[in-house]
Amino acid sequence: MFVVVVGCGRVGAQVARDLVEDGHDVNVIDQNAEALQRLGSDFPGEFVQGVALETTVLEAAGIERADAFVAATNGDNTNLVIAQIARDRYLIDCVIVRVLDPARAKFYEEKGLVTVCPTRTAIDRMSQALRAFATTDGEGA
Amino acid sequence: MYAVIVGGGKVGANVGRALLRMGHEVSIVEARSQRFATLESEFEHMARYGDGTEIFVLEAAGMGRADVCIAVTGDDEDNIIIGQVARDHFGVENVVARVNDPRNQEHFDLLGVAPTVCATESILSLIEHEVPQHSLVHLFSLRRENLEIIEIQVVAESRADGSTVAELEMPPGTLVISVLRNRVGRVATPSTVLGAGDQVVAIAEPGQESALMELFASE
Repeated sequence: MFVVVVGCGRVGAQVARDLVEDGHDVNVIDQNAEALQRLGSDFPGEFVQGVALETTVLEAAGIERADAFVAATNGDNTNLVIAQIARDRYLIDCVIVRVLDPARAKFYEEKGLVTVCPTRTAIDRMSQALRAFATTDGEGA
Repeated sequence: MYAVIVGGGKVGANVGRALLRMGHEVSIVEARSQRFATLESEFEHMARYGDGTEIFVLEAAGMGRADVCIAVTGDDEDNIIIGQVARDHFGVENVVARVNDPRNQEHFDLLGVAPTVCATESILSLIEHEVPQHSLVHLFSLRRENLEIIEIQVVAESRADGSTVAELEMPPGTLVISVLRNRVGRVATPSTVLGAGDQVVAIAEPGQESALMELFASE
């Protein structure tokens, strides 16, 4: 499949590399030209520098023929808006959006977006680990 | 009426002042600490500190009982999210949003955040009105009503030239509002006679531009 990834930080870049390793075509958008370095010199896809809110930038990255879209910039609201544009304007079935704020992630999940919330994951894992400790070693402490 | 204004810059603060003068209840949410301090010295408890795209901040500002949400931050993506959260999470019936970059207008339309106000577009409309470059100019869009206010110049020898408003068979879904001649504007009546050079303001359903050009601007 062909995937457009927006945001070439730690998350976006690694998702793009993983997808390439699985044999998919991937184009990446980031507003910072230096972000290209995260992809490595052997990255086969295209890198588009620009603001993803601009449809000319999305279209330069090939969004019109994308099978999947990943919104992973460091701005929750940017991610939520471009994800909805990908879904509602470009009619992409598989849209995945990173949202750091658990409340907004939950709200937009209920509105039908596939949200990934690293904060929620961290909260759950930490609580889980602490609870596991409390019911074994920590009992009575 | 209770209005929650998100974004306490010049636009937000002035909208807040105006609503207060009209006797309404207002809260202004501002995320920048320095700007908030300035707002607080003027608006006291009505100024609230926090990121207005966070649901709990809006909750604390009383968005749940707001009659209108006014999203006027300097970031279009924030204004879109504020508008959606106000409407769909808090059930606010009226949302007004500011478009900072006119290229983002289509995103507001797509994602159902309306009505919107865009300063750049307003200025361009005024320039077109003052210094017309085209014979047909869009002055204002009533998006919810799906109507447009347009201005069109009567060209010599066109069908409109020398005809009264009544004689002129206006296309369906259009209506002449006023005629500007020699810098004097008058509300049009059926007996108003149109002449070359008149600036005619009309209300029209979208898509009637070519029919209007046919009447007013082709010889």
